[in-house]
Amino acid sequence: MNVDGINSGIVLDHIKAGKSMEIYNYLNLDELDCCVAIIKNVKSTKLGRKDIIKIDAEINLDLDILGYIDPNITVNVISDGVLVEKKKLKLPKEVKNVIKCKNPRCISLAERETDQIFRLTSPEEGIYRCIYCDSESK
Amino acid sequence: MRHLIDITDLSVNEIAELIRTSNDIIGNRKAYSEVCRGRKLATLFFEPSTRTRLSFEAAMLELGGAVLGFSSADSSSATKGESVIDTVRTVACYADVIAMRHPKEGAPLLASLKSPVPVINAGDGGHSHPTQTLTDLLTIQREKGRLDNMTVALCGDLKFGRTVHSLIAAMSCYENIKFILISPEELKIPDYIREDMKKRRNIEWRETDKLEEGLAKADILYMTRVQRERFFNEADYMRLKDSFILDTEKMRYAKPDTIIMHPLPRVNEISVKVDDDPRACYFKQVENGKFIRMALIMRLLEVSK
Repeated sequence: MNVDGINSGIVLDHIKAGKSMEIYNYLNLDELDCCVAIIKNVKSTKLGRKDIIKIDAEINLDLDILGYIDPNITVNVISDGVLVEKKKLKLPKEVKNVIKCKNPRCISLAERETDQIFRLTSPEEGIYRCIYCDSESK
Repeated sequence: MRHLIDITDLSVNEIAELIRTSNDIIGNRKAYSEVCRGRKLATLFFEPSTRTRLSFEAAMLELGGAVLGFSSADSSSATKGESVIDTVRTVACYADVIAMRHPKEGAPLLASLKSPVPVINAGDGGHSHPTQTLTDLLTIQREKGRLDNMTVALCGDLKFGRTVHSLIAAMSCYENIKFILISPEELKIPDYIREDMKKRRNIEWRETDKLEEGLAKADILYMTRVQRERFFNEADYMRLKDSFILDTEKMRYAKPDTIIMHPLPRVNEISVKVDDDPRACYFKQVENGKFIRMALIMRLLEVSK
């Protein structure tokens, strides 16, 4: 199967197989007018299988969200057909309104319009906890 | 401006300073009787309380200040659906410092993010209770003469026991502390507490479901109530409520200098006969609670004698 290369835009590579739709939704890529290609289950020497997303436009991506989902994703920036930047991701210290607390006792669920904020409490294990009730994001 | 939302908002040195001030107040109460003249404390208690609310109010009155507030959500506009943030913004127009208890975890933190006056967490659901911990630390310092080199057994509801969570966080900052965590399987400490303890190299702990085993080795036994109000299911509460009962028979396992603490209220987890044992310290904790809250209010309002 062939998918055209892009002239100027972004390629998200090394996405864990099966995770591309989740990323598509988190990044609200459905709101873009440009071409977006989701390629699933591509053979990969590093991962066995991987997903790739190609975005045919130069847009500002929320790298914190991407880093939270999977810090191993590679972000390739293409300009005039040339790879101009490879961005490395890392686990963000804090994510806001990306995930929702599931603790029914947490104030963030009871108080309207409260930002859902999770903080990285254990970088080694990638554990994020709600700043209000300390519940782990699952 | 400072808030007190979690016990870890205070450094070890700041806690030591609060204990020093409390001890000075205890020995010299008249010297502090006017330091908060003209200042007001609001106690916003969305959940019932006897000791915490009254000790906050007594503390402010003894400092020469005034108090206002409500003692249940039913007597506030929360019943009309007013948010925590709107309530706090309103009350901050009338008071210089706010003590808030709320059944939802994190409510005082949320309030503090928008409050123009200091907010004190007076207990948020089953999450944390930093001023009870300050009370406990003052009691331990006065009774044992130190806060380090100690084996602390905590018994009962360690899952929803907010006083337990804050006390573990605080005591973990001192040298050579060992915890014995005694609870039924269903009421073990939350993962985030275990995660915090793992990060600290000076902390040892083990978990058991046998009170006698913990009691024999403890310098402090901290008993807690299994809290009916934290259960969604009454049957679970009924099954677990009598898991541990400390009576005079079990007290024979305790060392002669072990102290017995409890944040109160108790139901039946400590027999009233234990009250006469000189090792029982829970009513001393009640008294100490007022003095440490006096010291805390002074600190947050930045006043001194």
